[in-house]
Amino acid sequence: MAIEILKPATLNVEAIRLDFPILARKVNDQPLVYLDNAATSQKPDSVIQSMDFYYRNYNANVHRGIHRLSEEATLGYERSRARIANFIGARSNKEVIFTRNTTEGLNLLAYTWGESNIRQGEEILLTEMEHHSNLVPWQRLAKRKGARVRYIPVDDQGCLRMDLLDELLGPQTRLVSVTHMSNVLGTINPVAEIATRAHAVGAVVIVDAAQSVPHFPVNVRELGADFLAFSSHKMCGPTGIGALWGRRDLLEAMEPFMGGGDMIREVTYEGATWNDLPWKFEAGTPGIAEGIGFGAAVDYLSGIGMEKVHAYEQYLVSYAIEMLRSVPGVVIYGPEAALRGGVVAFNVDAIHPHDLASMLDREGIAIRAGHHCAMPLAGRLNVAATARASFYFYNTTEEIDRLVAGLYTAKKVFKF
Amino acid sequence: MEDLYRENILDHFRNPRNFGTLEHPDFSHEEHNPLCGDKLRIDLQVDDDRVTAVRFSGKGCAISQASASMLTEMVEGKTLEEVKSIDKQDILDALGIPISYVRIKCALLGLKTLKAGVYGVQTWVEEDNEQDIGW
Ligand SMILES: Cc1ncc(COP(=O)(O)O)c(C=O)c1O
Repeated sequence: MAIEILKPATLNVEAIRLDFPILARKVNDQPLVYLDNAATSQKPDSVIQSMDFYYRNYNANVHRGIHRLSEEATLGYERSRARIANFIGARSNKEVIFTRNTTEGLNLLAYTWGESNIRQGEEILLTEMEHHSNLVPWQRLAKRKGARVRYIPVDDQGCLRMDLLDELLGPQTRLVSVTHMSNVLGTINPVAEIATRAHAVGAVVIVDAAQSVPHFPVNVRELGADFLAFSSHKMCGPTGIGALWGRRDLLEAMEPFMGGGDMIREVTYEGATWNDLPWKFEAGTPGIAEGIGFGAAVDYLSGIGMEKVHAYEQYLVSYAIEMLRSVPGVVIYGPEAALRGGVVAFNVDAIHPHDLASMLDREGIAIRAGHHCAMPLAGRLNVAATARASFYFYNTTEEIDRLVAGLYTAKKVFKF
Repeated sequence: MEDLYRENILDHFRNPRNFGTLEHPDFSHEEHNPLCGDKLRIDLQVDDDRVTAVRFSGKGCAISQASASMLTEMVEGKTLEEVKSIDKQDILDALGIPISYVRIKCALLGLKTLKAGVYGVQTWVEEDNEQDIGW
C-alpha cells in the first residue's frame, strides 16, 4: 500500500488493548474488530473492577447514611464528580450534574432552562447535523412555547455554513444548541466561535459533547459555552450515567428538573425548598456504581492523555479514508480527515448498509448501519442510510485493513 | 459470509417479482422500517375475495426486498383469509436462512405492510416479533 501516513509514536496500542478484556473476544470465529465506538465504547478492566469493588466492599446509598459504608459510597461517588469536573476544566464540582446520558442532560435543559426562558416568537438555533437528542427536545419545547426552531445549514463537504451564522442570529435568538462533533460526518464544529457570536446577540449556548469529550481535550472555560452534555458510556465508562456541565449562575437560577429525595433542602406539607447545586438536579438514588465507574473511566483516559487520543484517532481516520477511497464504488460522507474526529460514514455501490453490516458481522467486524439517530441529516445527504465505522484509541490500522477486505467480499457477493 | 445471502435471496433482490404499483388497487399500504429507513408499499387487487394482482415497491436492504418479493409470490391467487394466515414462520421458511434478532424487522417488513393493508391499520395488531435473545 502506498499510503504515507505516519503513525504517532505516542500510544502503545498493543499494551492498551490488553486493558480491554472484550477485545480478546471472537465473533463468528474471527477476532472481534469493534468499529462502533460512536455508539458506545468498550470498557477497560479498571472501570469494570471499580464497579465490582464497590458492590463487593462498600455498597450503600449515598448522601443519607451515617454509617461507614454510606460514607465510603458517598465519597466514591463525589470523588468521581470532582474528577469529571477537573477533566473538562470546570470551575467547581457544583457545576457538574450527574444525569443518565447526554439525552437526559439536554432534556433537563429543555424542561428547566427552556421552560422558563423561551417565549413565544423567539428562536432556537440548531444545526442540520444534530443527533435526535439535540433536536427532539427543542422541537417539543418550541411547540409548547410557540417558538421557532432554525438550523445552521451543512455544506456539501459536511461542514457548517458559518458564513450564514450572522444572518441566522438576531435579538430573537434565545438559544443556540450545537453538536461539538457530528456522530455521522465526524465534523468537529467551531463551537468557541459560535459561542462568541451567539453571546453577542444575547443567546445561551448549549454544546452536545457526546462525541467530543470522549475523543479530544475539552475545556469548558476555553470553549465559552453555557452548558455542555456528555455520556460516560462513550468514553470507557458504564452505561446509565452521564454529566451535564453548566455555568453556575445559570444553574442557580434554574428550576429543578425532577422532584424527590436528595434534591430538596426542606419539605413541608405546603411545599419544598431546593438543595444546593449540583444535588438540586439529582432527584432519587443515583447510579452509584455507574458514577464510580465513570470516575475510573476519566482516570483511565487522563492516564493516556486526550491529546494523544486525538492525534492517534486522526491518524486512524486518515488511514481509513485513504483505504476506503481505494475501494471502487465507495462514497465517503463528510469533510477531509483534518477537520474530523474518528468517524467515517460511507456507502458501497448500491449495497444497503444493513446488508453490509450483516456481512461484516460474519467476519467479526462491528460497524453501524442506518441513519445514526440523525434522520434529517440523512435526508440532507440524500441517502436513506449509511454504513459507519467509528474508531477509538484501541483500534488499529490492521483492523481497518480487515474492514476493507470485508467490503471486497461484500462486493463479490453482490457482484458489483 | 456468503451463507447469509444465499442465491435465492440475491436472486429475489436483483430480480424482484411483482415489482411496481397497481393503477387501481383495492388495498394499498406503505410502511417504514425506522431502524434502517427502508420503505415498502404493497398494492393488492382483489376479485371475489381472491388476490388477482399484487405489486410491491420501495427501497431497502436485500433481506427486506427479497422477503417482500417472496411474499408477493405467496399471496397471488390466495383468498384474503389465507393472506391473513401467512405468518412470520412462513417468511422465515421462505428465506431459509437464520435471521438475527436485529434483522428480523427487515425480514418482516413486507408481511407487516401486507397485513396492515389487509386488516386496516387500526384493527391490525402487530405480531410479537421478538425472538429469544440468547447468549
Ligand atoms: C452527537 C450525539 N449526541 C447525542 C447522543 C446521545 O447520547 P446518549 O444516547 O448517550 O444519550 C449521541 C450518541 O448516541 C451522539 O452521537
